[in-house]
Amino acid sequence: MHTVARFHIDYVRYLDEDGQLAADAPAFAADNAVLLDLYRRMNFLRCFDSKAVALQRTGKLGTYASCLGHEAAHVAIGLAMRQEDVFCPMYREYGTQFVRGVKPREVLMYWGGDERGNDFSGPRHDLPWCVPIATQCLHAAGAALAFKLRHEPRVAVSVVGDGGTSKTDFYAAVNSAGAFRLPYVGVIVNNQWAISVPRSAQTGAETLAQKGIAGGLHCIQVDGNDPIAMLAVMRDTIERARTGGGGTVVEAVTYRLSDHTTADDARRYRPEEEVKQAWAREPLKRLRALLEARGIWDQAREDAFKLEANAEVDVEVNAYLETRTQPVTSMFDFMFAELPHDLREQREEVVRWEAGHHG
Amino acid sequence: MAEITLIEAVTQAMAYEMRRDPSVIVLGEDVGVNGGVFRATAGLHAQFGSERVLDTPLDETTIAGLAVGMAFQGMKPIAESQFDGFIYPMMDHIICHAARMRSRTRGRLHCPMVLRAPCGGGIRAPEHHSEAPEALFAHIPGLRVVIPSSPARAYGLLLAAIRDPDPVIFFEPKRIYRQYKEEVPDDGEALPLDVCFVLRDGHDVTLVTWGAHVKETLEAAEQLAERGVSAEVIDLATIKPIDFDTIRESVKKTGRCVIVHEAARTAGIGAEIAAQLAEKSMFDLVAPVERVTGYDVPIPLFRLEMKYLPSVERIIAAVDRTLAYR
Repeated sequence: MHTVARFHIDYVRYLDEDGQLAADAPAFAADNAVLLDLYRRMNFLRCFDSKAVALQRTGKLGTYASCLGHEAAHVAIGLAMRQEDVFCPMYREYGTQFVRGVKPREVLMYWGGDERGNDFSGPRHDLPWCVPIATQCLHAAGAALAFKLRHEPRVAVSVVGDGGTSKTDFYAAVNSAGAFRLPYVGVIVNNQWAISVPRSAQTGAETLAQKGIAGGLHCIQVDGNDPIAMLAVMRDTIERARTGGGGTVVEAVTYRLSDHTTADDARRYRPEEEVKQAWAREPLKRLRALLEARGIWDQAREDAFKLEANAEVDVEVNAYLETRTQPVTSMFDFMFAELPHDLREQREEVVRWEAGHHG
Repeated sequence: MAEITLIEAVTQAMAYEMRRDPSVIVLGEDVGVNGGVFRATAGLHAQFGSERVLDTPLDETTIAGLAVGMAFQGMKPIAESQFDGFIYPMMDHIICHAARMRSRTRGRLHCPMVLRAPCGGGIRAPEHHSEAPEALFAHIPGLRVVIPSSPARAYGLLLAAIRDPDPVIFFEPKRIYRQYKEEVPDDGEALPLDVCFVLRDGHDVTLVTWGAHVKETLEAAEQLAERGVSAEVIDLATIKPIDFDTIRESVKKTGRCVIVHEAARTAGIGAEIAAQLAEKSMFDLVAPVERVTGYDVPIPLFRLEMKYLPSVERIIAAVDRTLAYR
């Protein structure tokens, strides 16, 4: 007997929980402008998220999926992608989408019950939010296949959660990305909980990253609360995919500090002590510690930034709240390029009903 | 001009559109060098190469998901499900994504894909190779569902399906893949996706059917004619949206309607046609609408499958029941 293949999974972290930067950190970690940009985006995201939850609690928004704790992973993905790349999100990657040009008001419209949120102003080729879990991974692989067949130097990036890696579609995406050698990067944002089911109940695998090995992809695990490691890994894997070096499964290890959505109550299934410990590892705190150690951030700047960010969020919230509901006929008008006769009849039925002709 | 079979017409339509439109690609299991298990893609790989005709890993979820991903990035994938019975894992991608991409993005993205699958029984195939799932797809908002019944209609309807900017489910009745040949000019002329075809004029009873059962239905009409009963035969062709105007016009003339399909009866397309006639043509009817269908059981393995499929005799018996009303 002899070994025919051997595998290992690397783990990447440059910025630890206390804000200490490792000696082997990438060169951009010395660039204060890059770090400030990361921090401001993460901080803005947290302001937005907190406002969105408040809107839901006061009846001004439908069910909302918070991104609390995921800021480093989400923002880094956005910063590493190019506009012409395609982003295939699940449903809480606002940090990625804001970098790409999606407006906060559009996120609010979606969770506020208006399809026009999906008609967002980010890259028009990006996919909208994907609720069925992991199907977006295969759509990203399909987009990557289109890029490969058309010889376009573009990359498709999907995000899935830890629970989503149990789905057929995730495995199918990994397998086809390997079989066709696609420019695909599949990010697993492992926040430890799939609603109430812990990471340990999803799989017997030691890491989620290793699920890519069977498909022939590069695999790597990253501290998803370390924005420097996330940005470095995302830049490297996306550029490798772009230049024909094959796809990657990136496991970003983080923690969902919020409930699953505003319709969930995580206290039912999650020990408070675990959440408390997770707060000690959260991403903003450690990056702020590094910025403060470098003398480029302090409480005054934090207060000023928060004031500015909240004012910007308020502008978006007001724009959302002032959005008029679509006409009832809009439910028909985008079904097909040209409305078939059966739907035309149903559309007319609705128009007559709305006009008060109930006979 | 050569005469071709229905399956050759399918190949001819794909080849025509692949020549015309470089964004059209074919993907599925064994569709490459092998040309598909029924040979629907025969010669396409040799003609267009591996970047236009793709053998996928053996997974229907993969085929459907990749097709959706390619379609929203501007390609026009023609995905093949090798058999009707293997199509079910694809439904998540078809229902949750392909069918509603345009609507849920308010027109920003759309999904111009065709999902082709052989359908129906009667070829003594193994289990899971003889299903008739058209009603499952017809129930889904945002899809068009098409089943041709002749070489010429297969060619024209498939061209229309590929050119359509929205998803089309294209079922090919495998029992009549090679039943007969006819002249099908390779002229790129598409047929409309919202009309049915009157194959035989009549004034006593309207027979509505589609796919392979056009054969038995026309035979029944022929036998009825020998007895002096004049049956009009309509090939539905496009299952969604249904051209009810043509059916209602016919029933206005005949007063009787018998619907023939091989899918299970309950909530089949026959139920939809009967409901529409009850709503809008009740006073034109002189007899209850009859359905001659498969039963609400899985299609039996091949020793009994012909007992399940509507036969000429069952069709004639149903017509006779309607003729008892004057």
